[in-house]
Amino acid sequence: MSYLTLSLTLIFVLIPLLLSRTLKLGLEKDTLIATVRSIIQLLVVGYVLQYVFQADSFIFILLMILLMIGAATQNARKKGASIQGITWKLFITFVFIEILTQSILLGLNIVPATPQYIIPISGMVIGNSMVLGILFLNRFTAEVENQKEETELILSLGGTPKQAIHTQLITSIKASTIPTIESQKTIGLVQLPGMMSGQIIAGADPVQAVQFQLLILFLLLTTAVVTSIMLGFLSYPALFNKRMQFLKLKS
Amino acid sequence: MNQAAIILQNVHYSADGIHILKNITGSFPEGKITTLVGPSGAGKSTLFKLCNGLRSPDSGEILIKGKSIYEYDPLDLRRKVGIALQSATMIKGSVLDNLQLPLTLQGQKIEREYAEELLHDVGLGEEFIERNAKDLSGGQRQKLSIARTLVNKPKVLLLDEITSSLDRVSQHDIEELIEKINRKYGTTIIWITHNLDQALRIGHYTWVMMNGELIESGESSLLQNPQDKRVQEFVKGELE
Repeated sequence: MSYLTLSLTLIFVLIPLLLSRTLKLGLEKDTLIATVRSIIQLLVVGYVLQYVFQADSFIFILLMILLMIGAATQNARKKGASIQGITWKLFITFVFIEILTQSILLGLNIVPATPQYIIPISGMVIGNSMVLGILFLNRFTAEVENQKEETELILSLGGTPKQAIHTQLITSIKASTIPTIESQKTIGLVQLPGMMSGQIIAGADPVQAVQFQLLILFLLLTTAVVTSIMLGFLSYPALFNKRMQFLKLKS
Repeated sequence: MNQAAIILQNVHYSADGIHILKNITGSFPEGKITTLVGPSGAGKSTLFKLCNGLRSPDSGEILIKGKSIYEYDPLDLRRKVGIALQSATMIKGSVLDNLQLPLTLQGQKIEREYAEELLHDVGLGEEFIERNAKDLSGGQRQKLSIARTLVNKPKVLLLDEITSSLDRVSQHDIEELIEKINRKYGTTIIWITHNLDQALRIGHYTWVMMNGELIESGESSLLQNPQDKRVQEFVKGELE
Protein backbone atom coordinates (compact mmCIF):
# COMPACT_ATOMS: atom_id res chain seq x y z
CA MET A 1 0.00 0.00 0.00
CA SER A 2 1.44 3.37 -0.99
CA TYR A 3 1.34 6.41 1.32
CA LEU A 4 -1.13 8.03 -1.12
CA THR A 5 -3.48 5.05 -0.81
CA LEU A 6 -2.98 5.04 2.95
CA SER A 7 -3.91 8.71 3.17
CA LEU A 8 -7.18 7.93 1.34
CA THR A 9 -8.16 5.70 4.26
CA LEU A 10 -8.58 8.90 6.28
CA ILE A 11 -11.96 9.15 4.55
CA PHE A 12 -13.05 6.60 7.15
CA VAL A 13 -12.09 9.10 9.82
CA LEU A 14 -13.83 11.98 8.09
CA ILE A 15 -17.18 10.15 8.01
CA PRO A 16 -17.56 9.86 11.82
CA LEU A 17 -16.19 13.39 12.24
CA LEU A 18 -18.80 14.84 9.88
CA LEU A 19 -21.60 12.78 11.46
CA SER A 20 -20.53 13.82 14.94
CA ARG A 21 -20.48 17.48 13.96
CA THR A 22 -23.81 17.37 12.13
CA LEU A 23 -25.60 15.52 14.94
CA LYS A 24 -23.70 17.44 17.66
CA LEU A 25 -22.49 14.19 19.25
CA GLY A 26 -19.38 15.86 20.65
CA LEU A 27 -17.10 13.04 19.52
CA GLU A 28 -14.83 15.12 17.29
CA LYS A 29 -12.06 15.71 19.84
CA ASP A 30 -11.88 12.06 20.94
CA THR A 31 -12.01 10.84 17.33
CA LEU A 32 -9.11 13.12 16.35
CA ILE A 33 -7.04 12.13 19.40
CA ALA A 34 -7.70 8.42 18.71
CA THR A 35 -6.72 8.83 15.06
CA VAL A 36 -3.49 10.72 15.79
CA ARG A 37 -2.54 8.32 18.60
CA SER A 38 -3.16 5.22 16.50
CA ILE A 39 -1.08 6.63 13.61
CA ILE A 40 1.85 7.53 15.87
CA GLN A 41 1.70 4.35 18.01
CA LEU A 42 1.41 1.97 15.05
CA LEU A 43 4.14 3.72 13.06
CA VAL A 44 6.48 3.60 16.05
CA VAL A 45 5.65 -0.08 16.63
CA GLY A 46 6.18 -0.77 12.92
CA TYR A 47 9.66 0.75 12.96
CA VAL A 48 10.55 -0.90 16.28
CA LEU A 49 9.41 -4.29 14.96
CA GLN A 50 11.37 -3.78 11.75
CA TYR A 51 14.49 -3.14 13.82
CA VAL A 52 13.87 -6.08 16.18
CA PHE A 53 13.19 -8.47 13.31
CA GLN A 54 16.39 -7.43 11.56
CA ALA A 55 18.45 -7.64 14.76
CA ASP A 56 17.02 -11.12 15.52
CA SER A 57 18.27 -10.82 19.11
CA PHE A 58 16.83 -12.70 22.10
CA ILE A 59 17.34 -9.66 24.34
CA PHE A 60 15.18 -7.47 22.08
CA ILE A 61 12.44 -10.10 21.96
CA LEU A 62 12.50 -10.34 25.75
CA LEU A 63 12.37 -6.56 26.11
CA MET A 64 9.41 -6.34 23.74
CA ILE A 65 7.52 -9.03 25.68
CA LEU A 66 8.31 -7.37 29.02
CA LEU A 67 7.08 -4.08 27.63
CA MET A 68 3.82 -5.72 26.59
CA ILE A 69 3.39 -7.38 29.99
CA GLY A 70 4.19 -4.13 31.79
CA ALA A 71 1.65 -2.18 29.74
CA ALA A 72 -1.01 -4.90 30.18
CA THR A 73 -0.42 -4.97 33.96
CA GLN A 74 -0.62 -1.19 34.20
CA ASN A 75 -3.88 -1.16 32.25
CA ALA A 76 -5.61 -4.03 34.07
CA ARG A 77 -4.59 -3.12 37.64
CA LYS A 78 -7.03 -0.20 37.77
CA LYS A 79 -9.95 -2.65 37.67
CA GLY A 80 -8.62 -4.62 40.60
CA ALA A 81 -7.22 -1.75 42.64
CA SER A 82 -9.47 -2.75 45.56
CA ILE A 83 -7.63 -6.08 45.88
CA GLN A 84 -4.41 -6.03 47.87
CA GLY A 85 -1.30 -6.70 45.74
CA ILE A 86 -3.20 -6.97 42.45
CA THR A 87 -0.30 -5.51 40.41
CA TRP A 88 2.11 -8.37 41.04
CA LYS A 89 -0.72 -10.91 40.78
CA LEU A 90 -1.52 -9.66 37.28
CA PHE A 91 2.18 -9.53 36.38
CA ILE A 92 2.72 -13.13 37.49
CA THR A 93 -0.39 -14.26 35.59
CA PHE A 94 0.74 -12.63 32.35
CA VAL A 95 4.28 -13.98 32.70
CA PHE A 96 2.93 -17.47 33.38
CA ILE A 97 0.57 -17.35 30.39
CA GLU A 98 3.39 -16.17 28.12
CA ILE A 99 5.78 -18.89 29.30
CA LEU A 100 3.09 -21.58 29.07
CA THR A 101 1.97 -20.72 25.54
CA GLN A 102 5.43 -20.06 24.13
CA SER A 103 6.79 -23.26 25.69
CA ILE A 104 4.13 -25.28 23.88
CA LEU A 105 4.42 -23.38 20.59
CA LEU A 106 8.21 -23.36 20.43
CA GLY A 107 8.86 -26.57 22.35
CA LEU A 108 6.70 -28.61 19.98
CA ASN A 109 7.90 -26.69 16.91
CA ILE A 110 4.38 -25.52 16.12
CA VAL A 111 5.81 -22.14 15.03
CA PRO A 112 9.42 -21.21 14.21
CA ALA A 113 11.43 -19.54 16.97
CA THR A 114 11.82 -16.23 15.16
CA PRO A 115 10.80 -12.73 16.28
CA GLN A 116 8.28 -12.56 13.36
CA TYR A 117 6.24 -15.28 15.11
CA ILE A 118 7.09 -14.84 18.77
CA ILE A 119 6.31 -11.13 19.07
CA PRO A 120 2.93 -10.96 17.28
CA ILE A 121 1.70 -14.13 18.97
CA SER A 122 2.87 -12.83 22.35
CA GLY A 123 1.00 -9.60 21.66
CA MET A 124 -2.21 -11.51 20.98
CA VAL A 125 -1.78 -13.75 24.01
CA ILE A 126 -0.93 -10.96 26.46
CA GLY A 127 -3.57 -8.63 25.00
CA ASN A 128 -6.25 -11.30 25.33
CA SER A 129 -5.06 -12.17 28.81
CA MET A 130 -5.29 -8.48 29.77
CA VAL A 131 -8.88 -8.20 28.53
CA LEU A 132 -9.79 -11.40 30.36
CA GLY A 133 -8.10 -10.09 33.50
CA ILE A 134 -10.12 -6.88 33.33
CA LEU A 135 -13.38 -8.78 32.72
CA PHE A 136 -12.63 -11.14 35.61
CA LEU A 137 -11.65 -8.43 38.10
CA ASN A 138 -14.63 -6.30 37.19
CA ARG A 139 -17.04 -9.15 37.85
CA PHE A 140 -15.19 -10.56 40.85
CA THR A 141 -15.07 -7.30 42.82
CA ALA A 142 -18.77 -6.74 42.10
CA GLU A 143 -19.64 -10.29 43.20
CA VAL A 144 -17.57 -9.98 46.39
CA GLU A 145 -19.30 -6.72 47.27
CA ASN A 146 -22.81 -7.98 46.47
CA GLN A 147 -22.42 -11.32 48.23
CA LYS A 148 -20.56 -10.26 51.36
CA GLU A 149 -23.39 -11.40 53.66
CA GLU A 150 -23.21 -14.88 52.16
CA THR A 151 -19.43 -14.89 52.60
CA GLU A 152 -19.77 -13.97 56.29
CA LEU A 153 -22.52 -16.55 56.77
CA ILE A 154 -20.30 -19.37 55.54
CA LEU A 155 -17.38 -18.18 57.66
CA SER A 156 -19.64 -17.88 60.71
CA LEU A 157 -20.72 -21.51 60.28
CA GLY A 158 -17.12 -22.71 60.22
CA GLY A 159 -16.41 -22.62 56.49
CA THR A 160 -12.96 -21.85 55.11
CA PRO A 161 -12.25 -18.66 53.11
CA LYS A 162 -12.14 -20.76 49.93
CA GLN A 163 -15.57 -22.20 50.68
CA ALA A 164 -16.88 -18.75 51.57
CA ILE A 165 -15.78 -17.22 48.27
CA HIS A 166 -16.31 -20.27 46.04
CA THR A 167 -19.60 -19.20 44.42
CA GLN A 168 -18.35 -15.69 43.65
CA LEU A 169 -15.10 -17.06 42.25
CA ILE A 170 -16.75 -19.61 39.95
CA THR A 171 -19.39 -17.13 38.77
CA SER A 172 -16.68 -14.60 37.88
CA ILE A 173 -14.46 -17.16 36.11
CA LYS A 174 -17.41 -18.37 34.04
CA ALA A 175 -18.67 -14.87 33.25
CA SER A 176 -15.26 -13.67 32.07
CA THR A 177 -14.53 -16.67 29.82
CA ILE A 178 -18.00 -16.96 28.24
CA PRO A 179 -17.39 -14.19 25.61
CA THR A 180 -14.27 -16.00 24.33
CA ILE A 181 -16.01 -19.37 24.11
CA GLU A 182 -19.19 -17.93 22.58
CA SER A 183 -17.31 -15.93 19.93
CA GLN A 184 -15.46 -19.10 18.91
CA LYS A 185 -18.77 -20.86 18.29
CA THR A 186 -19.75 -18.39 15.57
CA ILE A 187 -16.33 -17.65 14.16
CA GLY A 188 -16.24 -17.88 10.38
CA LEU A 189 -20.04 -17.69 10.27
CA VAL A 190 -20.57 -14.21 11.66
CA GLN A 191 -17.14 -12.66 11.52
CA LEU A 192 -13.83 -13.43 9.84
CA PRO A 193 -11.04 -13.00 12.39
CA GLY A 194 -8.77 -9.99 11.88
CA MET A 195 -5.54 -11.94 11.61
CA MET A 196 -6.92 -14.37 9.06
CA SER A 197 -8.47 -11.55 7.02
CA GLY A 198 -5.15 -9.70 7.10
CA GLN A 199 -3.26 -12.74 5.84
CA ILE A 200 -5.75 -13.32 3.02
CA ILE A 201 -5.61 -9.65 1.97
CA ALA A 202 -1.80 -9.86 2.02
CA GLY A 203 -2.07 -12.73 -0.49
CA ALA A 204 -1.67 -15.80 1.73
CA ASP A 205 -3.36 -19.08 0.89
CA PRO A 206 -6.81 -18.98 2.66
CA VAL A 207 -6.43 -22.57 3.94
CA GLN A 208 -3.07 -21.76 5.48
CA ALA A 209 -4.54 -18.57 6.91
CA VAL A 210 -7.33 -20.67 8.46
CA GLN A 211 -4.77 -23.07 9.96
CA PHE A 212 -2.96 -20.19 11.61
CA GLN A 213 -6.19 -18.69 12.80
CA LEU A 214 -7.18 -21.99 14.41
CA LEU A 215 -3.86 -22.05 16.22
CA ILE A 216 -4.52 -18.56 17.56
CA LEU A 217 -8.10 -19.40 18.53
CA PHE A 218 -7.08 -22.41 20.57
CA LEU A 219 -4.26 -20.42 22.10
CA LEU A 220 -6.68 -17.70 23.14
CA LEU A 221 -9.05 -20.26 24.62
CA THR A 222 -6.29 -21.53 26.90
CA THR A 223 -5.26 -17.97 27.67
CA ALA A 224 -8.80 -17.01 28.64
CA VAL A 225 -9.44 -19.93 30.95
CA VAL A 226 -5.97 -19.99 32.55
CA THR A 227 -5.97 -16.21 33.11
CA SER A 228 -9.32 -16.17 34.90
CA ILE A 229 -8.60 -19.22 37.03
CA MET A 230 -5.07 -18.16 37.95
CA LEU A 231 -6.06 -14.58 38.73
CA GLY A 232 -9.01 -15.83 40.76
CA PHE A 233 -6.96 -18.17 42.89
CA LEU A 234 -4.22 -15.57 43.36
CA SER A 235 -6.73 -12.84 44.27
CA TYR A 236 -9.16 -14.38 46.73
CA PRO A 237 -6.69 -14.96 49.63
CA ALA A 238 -6.16 -11.18 49.76
CA LEU A 239 -9.78 -10.84 50.88
CA PHE A 240 -9.10 -12.68 54.14
CA ASN A 241 -6.60 -12.40 56.97
CA LYS A 242 -4.76 -15.12 58.91
CA ARG A 243 -7.68 -15.48 61.33
CA MET A 244 -9.87 -16.30 58.30
CA GLN A 245 -11.76 -13.04 58.68
CA PHE A 246 -13.32 -11.37 55.67
CA LEU A 247 -11.65 -8.04 54.92
CA LYS A 248 -13.34 -5.11 53.25
CA LEU A 249 -12.28 -4.33 49.70
CA LYS A 250 -9.93 -1.34 49.56
CA SER A 251 -11.88 1.78 48.56
CA MET B 1 -22.88 -16.37 89.20
CA ASN B 2 -21.85 -19.60 87.43
CA GLN B 3 -18.51 -20.22 85.81
CA ALA B 4 -18.11 -17.97 82.75
CA ALA B 5 -18.50 -19.33 79.21
CA ILE B 6 -17.13 -16.09 77.77
CA ILE B 7 -15.02 -13.47 79.51
CA LEU B 8 -14.19 -10.11 77.98
CA GLN B 9 -11.41 -8.00 79.44
CA ASN B 10 -10.93 -4.38 78.35
CA VAL B 11 -12.08 -5.10 74.82
CA HIS B 12 -11.80 -2.29 72.29
CA TYR B 13 -12.83 -2.47 68.67
CA SER B 14 -12.98 0.17 65.97
CA ALA B 15 -13.67 0.13 62.24
CA ASP B 16 -13.20 2.90 59.67
CA GLY B 17 -11.97 5.19 62.43
CA ILE B 18 -15.15 4.75 64.50
CA HIS B 19 -14.78 3.42 68.05
CA ILE B 20 -17.51 0.75 68.14
CA LEU B 21 -16.66 -1.05 71.40
CA LYS B 22 -15.06 0.80 74.28
CA ASN B 23 -13.34 -1.00 77.10
CA ILE B 24 -15.83 -3.83 77.48
CA THR B 25 -15.22 -5.96 80.56
CA GLY B 26 -17.66 -8.60 81.68
CA SER B 27 -18.66 -12.21 81.42
CA PHE B 28 -21.45 -14.48 80.21
CA PRO B 29 -22.23 -17.28 82.65
CA GLU B 30 -22.03 -20.82 81.38
CA GLY B 31 -25.26 -22.69 80.77
CA LYS B 32 -27.43 -19.61 81.24
CA ILE B 33 -29.41 -17.29 79.01
CA THR B 34 -28.05 -13.75 78.95
CA THR B 35 -29.83 -11.07 77.00
CA LEU B 36 -28.06 -8.13 75.41
CA VAL B 37 -30.19 -5.02 75.25
CA GLY B 38 -29.56 -1.45 74.25
CA PRO B 39 -30.37 1.05 71.52
CA SER B 40 -29.33 0.49 67.89
CA GLY B 41 -25.67 1.24 67.26
CA ALA B 42 -24.65 0.17 70.79
CA GLY B 43 -22.18 -2.37 69.37
CA LYS B 44 -24.13 -5.51 70.31
CA SER B 45 -23.86 -7.26 66.92
CA THR B 46 -20.18 -6.35 66.68
CA LEU B 47 -19.61 -7.92 70.09
CA PHE B 48 -21.11 -11.15 68.72
CA LYS B 49 -18.79 -11.11 65.72
CA LEU B 50 -15.84 -10.74 68.10
CA CYS B 51 -16.98 -13.72 70.19
CA ASN B 52 -17.52 -15.87 67.06
CA GLY B 53 -14.12 -14.88 65.62
CA LEU B 54 -15.47 -13.04 62.58
CA ARG B 55 -13.62 -9.96 63.88
CA SER B 56 -10.70 -9.51 66.27
CA PRO B 57 -10.54 -6.86 68.98
CA ASP B 58 -8.04 -4.01 68.58
CA SER B 59 -7.01 -4.60 72.18
CA GLY B 60 -8.17 -6.54 75.20
CA GLU B 61 -8.79 -10.22 75.72
CA ILE B 62 -11.68 -12.56 74.98
CA LEU B 63 -11.67 -15.92 76.71
CA ILE B 64 -13.98 -18.74 75.63
CA LYS B 65 -14.19 -21.48 78.24
CA GLY B 66 -11.08 -20.05 79.84
CA LYS B 67 -9.02 -20.09 76.64
CA SER B 68 -8.06 -17.04 74.62
CA ILE B 69 -9.82 -16.87 71.22
CA TYR B 70 -6.37 -16.74 69.63
CA GLU B 71 -5.61 -20.22 70.98
CA TYR B 72 -8.55 -21.67 69.04
CA ASP B 73 -8.45 -22.71 65.43
CA PRO B 74 -10.81 -20.12 63.83
CA LEU B 75 -12.99 -22.82 62.23
CA ASP B 76 -13.25 -24.73 65.50
CA LEU B 77 -14.13 -21.55 67.39
CA ARG B 78 -16.93 -20.70 64.95
CA ARG B 79 -18.44 -24.16 65.29
CA LYS B 80 -18.27 -24.00 69.09
CA VAL B 81 -19.67 -20.48 69.26
CA GLY B 82 -22.57 -20.51 66.80
CA ILE B 83 -24.17 -17.33 65.60
CA ALA B 84 -27.57 -16.74 64.03
CA LEU B 85 -27.28 -13.40 62.29
CA GLN B 86 -30.09 -10.89 62.16
CA SER B 87 -30.03 -10.86 58.35
CA ALA B 88 -30.84 -14.63 58.20
CA THR B 89 -28.96 -14.85 54.90
CA MET B 90 -29.76 -17.87 52.74
CA ILE B 91 -27.57 -19.51 50.14
CA LYS B 92 -29.01 -20.48 46.75
CA GLY B 93 -30.91 -23.74 46.94
CA SER B 94 -33.54 -25.50 48.99
CA VAL B 95 -34.33 -25.36 52.69
CA LEU B 96 -32.45 -28.66 53.02
CA ASP B 97 -29.37 -27.20 51.26
CA ASN B 98 -29.39 -24.35 53.75
CA LEU B 99 -30.05 -26.52 56.75
CA GLN B 100 -27.20 -28.88 56.02
CA LEU B 101 -24.77 -26.12 55.05
CA PRO B 102 -22.68 -26.45 58.26
CA LEU B 103 -22.20 -30.15 57.48
CA THR B 104 -21.67 -29.62 53.74
CA LEU B 105 -18.77 -27.34 54.69
CA GLN B 106 -17.25 -30.34 56.49
CA GLY B 107 -17.92 -32.71 53.59
CA GLN B 108 -20.87 -34.40 55.33
CA LYS B 109 -24.62 -34.72 54.77
CA ILE B 110 -27.48 -34.32 57.19
CA GLU B 111 -29.72 -37.29 57.94
CA ARG B 112 -33.24 -36.72 56.68
CA GLU B 113 -34.82 -37.57 60.03
CA TYR B 114 -32.59 -35.14 61.93
CA ALA B 115 -33.31 -32.43 59.36
CA GLU B 116 -37.05 -32.91 59.79
CA GLU B 117 -36.72 -32.92 63.57
CA LEU B 118 -34.80 -29.64 63.52
CA LEU B 119 -37.33 -28.03 61.20
CA HIS B 120 -40.14 -29.24 63.42
CA ASP B 121 -38.39 -27.82 66.49
CA VAL B 122 -38.21 -24.34 65.00
CA GLY B 123 -41.80 -24.49 63.81
CA LEU B 124 -41.23 -25.27 60.13
CA GLY B 125 -43.01 -28.41 58.99
CA GLU B 126 -41.25 -31.12 56.98
CA GLU B 127 -43.18 -29.93 53.91
CA PHE B 128 -40.71 -27.03 53.77
CA ILE B 129 -37.68 -29.24 53.25
CA GLU B 130 -37.59 -29.16 49.44
CA ARG B 131 -38.81 -25.58 49.10
CA ASN B 132 -36.57 -22.91 47.61
CA ALA B 133 -35.09 -20.96 50.52
CA LYS B 134 -35.42 -17.69 48.61
CA ASP B 135 -39.22 -18.12 48.64
CA LEU B 136 -39.43 -18.16 52.44
CA SER B 137 -40.87 -15.21 54.34
CA GLY B 138 -38.66 -13.17 56.69
CA GLY B 139 -39.95 -15.06 59.71
CA GLN B 140 -39.46 -18.46 58.09
CA ARG B 141 -35.89 -17.51 57.19
CA GLN B 142 -35.24 -16.54 60.80
CA LYS B 143 -36.47 -19.95 61.92
CA LEU B 144 -34.37 -21.76 59.33
CA SER B 145 -31.36 -19.67 60.32
CA ILE B 146 -31.73 -20.81 63.95
CA ALA B 147 -32.10 -24.46 62.91
CA ARG B 148 -29.02 -24.16 60.68
CA THR B 149 -26.92 -22.75 63.52
CA LEU B 150 -28.01 -25.66 65.74
CA VAL B 151 -26.66 -28.22 63.24
CA ASN B 152 -23.11 -27.53 64.50
CA LYS B 153 -24.31 -28.29 68.07
CA PRO B 154 -22.59 -25.17 69.45
CA LYS B 155 -21.62 -24.87 73.11
CA VAL B 156 -22.44 -21.17 72.99
CA LEU B 157 -25.28 -19.83 70.90
CA LEU B 158 -25.33 -16.17 69.86
CA LEU B 159 -28.75 -15.02 68.67
CA ASP B 160 -28.97 -11.64 67.01
CA GLU B 161 -32.56 -10.39 67.12
CA ILE B 162 -33.85 -13.67 65.82
CA THR B 163 -37.48 -13.02 66.68
CA SER B 164 -37.65 -9.45 65.37
CA SER B 165 -39.65 -10.40 62.26
CA LEU B 166 -41.81 -13.09 63.86
CA ASP B 167 -45.42 -12.88 64.99
CA ARG B 168 -46.21 -13.34 68.70
CA VAL B 169 -47.04 -17.04 68.41
CA SER B 170 -43.82 -17.79 66.52
CA GLN B 171 -41.86 -15.63 68.99
CA HIS B 172 -43.25 -17.70 71.83
CA ASP B 173 -42.38 -20.97 70.01
CA ILE B 174 -38.79 -19.83 69.46
CA GLU B 175 -38.46 -18.71 73.08
CA GLU B 176 -39.61 -22.15 74.21
CA LEU B 177 -37.19 -23.83 71.81
CA ILE B 178 -34.23 -21.78 73.02
CA GLU B 179 -35.13 -22.46 76.65
CA LYS B 180 -35.40 -26.17 75.81
CA ILE B 181 -31.95 -26.19 74.17
CA ASN B 182 -30.55 -24.34 77.15
CA ARG B 183 -32.04 -26.82 79.63
CA LYS B 184 -31.44 -30.01 77.63
CA TYR B 185 -27.88 -29.43 76.43
CA GLY B 186 -26.70 -26.79 78.90
CA THR B 187 -25.95 -24.52 75.95
CA THR B 188 -24.95 -21.00 76.90
CA ILE B 189 -27.29 -18.58 75.14
CA ILE B 190 -26.57 -14.92 74.50
CA TRP B 191 -29.52 -13.20 72.91
CA ILE B 192 -29.70 -9.69 71.48
CA THR B 193 -33.21 -8.38 71.74
CA HIS B 194 -34.98 -5.07 71.51
CA ASN B 195 -37.91 -6.51 73.39
CA LEU B 196 -37.38 -5.83 77.11
CA ASP B 197 -40.38 -7.96 78.06
CA GLN B 198 -38.74 -10.84 76.23
CA ALA B 199 -35.44 -10.12 78.03
CA LEU B 200 -37.23 -10.24 81.37
CA ARG B 201 -39.17 -13.34 80.39
CA ILE B 202 -36.40 -15.58 79.14
CA GLY B 203 -33.09 -14.13 80.32
CA HIS B 204 -31.38 -15.22 83.51
CA TYR B 205 -28.94 -12.36 83.17
CA THR B 206 -28.76 -9.21 81.09
CA TRP B 207 -26.24 -6.74 79.73
CA VAL B 208 -27.26 -3.21 78.87
CA MET B 209 -25.03 -1.64 76.23
CA MET B 210 -25.05 1.91 74.95
CA ASN B 211 -22.77 3.71 72.57
CA GLY B 212 -20.16 0.94 72.57
CA GLU B 213 -20.04 0.66 76.37
CA LEU B 214 -21.35 -1.88 78.84
CA ILE B 215 -23.42 0.27 81.17
CA GLU B 216 -24.98 -2.28 83.51
CA SER B 217 -25.03 -6.05 83.85
CA GLY B 218 -26.52 -8.53 86.26
CA GLU B 219 -29.65 -10.56 86.78
CA SER B 220 -32.46 -9.73 84.37
CA SER B 221 -34.46 -8.11 87.15
CA LEU B 222 -32.07 -5.15 86.92
CA LEU B 223 -34.16 -4.02 83.96
CA GLN B 224 -37.00 -3.36 86.39
CA ASN B 225 -34.82 -1.29 88.67
CA PRO B 226 -31.73 0.01 86.85
CA GLN B 227 -29.18 2.09 88.72
CA ASP B 228 -27.73 4.09 85.84
CA LYS B 229 -29.73 7.11 84.72
CA ARG B 230 -29.15 6.40 81.01
CA VAL B 231 -30.46 2.86 81.48
CA GLN B 232 -33.45 4.16 83.42
CA GLU B 233 -34.34 6.44 80.50
CA PHE B 234 -33.77 3.68 77.94
CA VAL B 235 -35.90 1.16 79.85
CA LYS B 236 -38.62 3.74 80.38
CA GLY B 237 -38.69 4.52 76.66
CA GLU B 238 -38.72 0.87 75.60
CA LEU B 239 -41.32 -0.30 78.08
CA GLU B 240 -43.63 2.60 77.23
